[in-house]
Amino acid sequence: MSTKVFMEALSPTMEEGRLVKWLKNEGDAVKSGEPLAEVETDKAIMELVARGDGVLRKRLVAEGESRPVGQLVGVIAAPDENIDALIAEAGAAAGAGAAASAAGASAQPSQVVAQTREAAGASSIPRTPSESQGEASTPPQQKIAAAAPPSAPAVRAGNGGAAPPPAPDGNGGVRSSPLARRLAREQGLDLGQLRGSGPGGRIIKRDIEAAASTPASQPAAPRLTVAAQREGDYQDVALTQIRKTIARRLSESIGPIPTFYLTAEFDLTRVDDMRRAMASLGDEFKVSVNDVLLKAVAAALAQHPEVNAHWLGDRIRLFNRIHLGVAVATDDGLIVPVIFDADRKSMREISAEVKELARLARERRLKPEQYTGSTFSVSNLGMYGIDQFTAIINPPETAILAVGRGEDKAVVVDGAVVMRKRVRVTMSCDHRAIDGAVGARFLQTLGRMIENPMMMVA
Amino acid sequence: MPVITYRDALNQALREEMQRDDRVFLMGEEVGVYQGAYKVSKGLLQEFGEMRVVDTPITELGFAGVGVGAAMVGLRPVIEFMTWNFAVLALDQVLNSASKTLYMSGGQYNIPIVFRGPNGAALQLGAQHSQAFESWLAHVPGLKVISPGTPYDAKGLLKSAIRDDNPVCFLEGEMLYNTKGEVPDEEYLIPIGVADMKREGDHCSIITYGKMALVAMQAADQLAKEGIRVDVIDLRTVRPIDLEAIRTSVLKTNRAVVLEEGWEIAGMGAQIVDLIQRECFDYLDAPVVRVHQADVPMPYAKNLERAAKPDAAKTIAAVKKVMYVEEGVTR
Repeated sequence: MSTKVFMEALSPTMEEGRLVKWLKNEGDAVKSGEPLAEVETDKAIMELVARGDGVLRKRLVAEGESRPVGQLVGVIAAPDENIDALIAEAGAAAGAGAAASAAGASAQPSQVVAQTREAAGASSIPRTPSESQGEASTPPQQKIAAAAPPSAPAVRAGNGGAAPPPAPDGNGGVRSSPLARRLAREQGLDLGQLRGSGPGGRIIKRDIEAAASTPASQPAAPRLTVAAQREGDYQDVALTQIRKTIARRLSESIGPIPTFYLTAEFDLTRVDDMRRAMASLGDEFKVSVNDVLLKAVAAALAQHPEVNAHWLGDRIRLFNRIHLGVAVATDDGLIVPVIFDADRKSMREISAEVKELARLARERRLKPEQYTGSTFSVSNLGMYGIDQFTAIINPPETAILAVGRGEDKAVVVDGAVVMRKRVRVTMSCDHRAIDGAVGARFLQTLGRMIENPMMMVA
Repeated sequence: MPVITYRDALNQALREEMQRDDRVFLMGEEVGVYQGAYKVSKGLLQEFGEMRVVDTPITELGFAGVGVGAAMVGLRPVIEFMTWNFAVLALDQVLNSASKTLYMSGGQYNIPIVFRGPNGAALQLGAQHSQAFESWLAHVPGLKVISPGTPYDAKGLLKSAIRDDNPVCFLEGEMLYNTKGEVPDEEYLIPIGVADMKREGDHCSIITYGKMALVAMQAADQLAKEGIRVDVIDLRTVRPIDLEAIRTSVLKTNRAVVLEEGWEIAGMGAQIVDLIQRECFDYLDAPVVRVHQADVPMPYAKNLERAAKPDAAKTIAAVKKVMYVEEGVTR
């Protein structure tokens, strides 16, 4: 009894994965649940685990290569079982993708593997076990060596076994219930990347629920070194999954979202007084300006649920709970871990959690549930000496707060010029959900809390 | 609360309304001296006399027409058909006179009449006497069509039907007359066009009415043992239909089974499915499945009759289908 190893959706938004490292060799015995390989998703490095017992007979992807979700990457079977048909099937499926990467390689001498959407779309992704069975009838002469990419585009041309490619929108060619389509739209899932468990592979509610709660396997420890290939005096850097995701998501944002910006400057005198008073109680009470700011944002959101919201296309969802996304810069790019129920946490708790999440982010060990579900986000570039900036909304959220540096400024207080520490914040608002006055009222509340920290406990 | 039969609940409704309003009278075959073919009118001749409890010859078209005429001049007739199978002969009066007179008289003549009797199949009465007519009647603008499944609903709705100023077709069930249920002593009315949630669950909605409400409850009991919780929406009235009740339930469960006694083609179930697909499209996780009588004249042979009728087992299979649960697999 053989078990196919597919590239699985290891994050809610993963469309393809790069096989970083095989953890089992061909011929190794494996048990269901045992890690087979480390896979780089669009967010992190995750483990791909065995879904059946047996021997890892074939590894169909070389380390460093990417495969779309749903594609066969290996075969687990009994030691003496004939798996030729399965391997032939993988050859047929990978044919188009390999052709595309071969073309890319000839046009460009570097060894970077082409990972375009086109390549992913043109290869046949087995959607259901039954379809895979159908492909298993592919003639044996199309058999190929395990990890070596098949060279012949003809494999695809004459191939009757491969399934038709999914529609480019990732939707039109996929059977799904109306409810599943609506839920996928709301949760930002791509139906084209899900496998349906209903009749004929129909994607139904339970498939969406399963995808939304994809089990996070144990994070693989060592952080990835981005593969940079040197050739002469220039350097090609392969696009990491996270970089692709940033590009796709942010252009989704600035395009369709009519954004406006509100900037305000707050006095930090009392925040500093408070921090000094707290620090004098002991090191465990030390908090940063940013920690205080996050606490203030959470407290202000509690009074302004209209900006603690998601835009869902046909409605606005206001949240009763406040989950703050906190933008963290890593060597690989931006990621936004979440402080859940931030309004119910103390400054110390927020401070500790931000440190821990930032550490996990830099080590690429954040689990999907740690960076999804935020209702409002904060981005702080003050530590880079930025006075003020505008941040891009992280959809479906409707606003994000950009925080600049705290700096000493000459300001007029009671008719005299005095020096005060001030901070500038800019809120980007999705005008589809938030009007100017609504955003302004939120900033007003936030300012009162920062300038009078007692307000947070009042 | 007293537990009484469906038959006695109808009898109480007739008696109370005849006591309340002396314009109300009962007319039909064997309603008087014989006390009703199914004893629904038991004691009424003795209490109200033969001016208000009128035995007729076997002339459905004739006495239905007399009823419409009486309604035109201000009385409030209740016309009993021994079964709705026999009412086919009187459909001209029901469809052409009763339902259209208000419209065609420019609003001058209301027809406050109730046509009532048992509907659908009983046991081995043969093809001609085992038909469900609600879809035929509900097709016609100007008629209201009621099909209660319990004694409580039967009484409350018959009283509302008699007080309604327009023609109402009231569909009972021969197999329902002996069923029992709680009916309060104090007077109550049930509004026409309002469904009742007979069972509450969140996995699937079973939408039904009339005799099939009992079948739905049997199915719900069995499904509950397997961990499947269903809403049972008993429409009670099939025209006008309680769209809001259907919508609320299906938006919650995302899945629906429509159960009816009659045939598939152009049945009430088709109308209900149409409402669901229009109102709940983005909330459906599975195609709506219908349960209904086989598309044949009702067989007389006992085994074939059983096979042709909708029942709890067929309903359970339909629920599992829309839930994508395989038969025989316990969740």
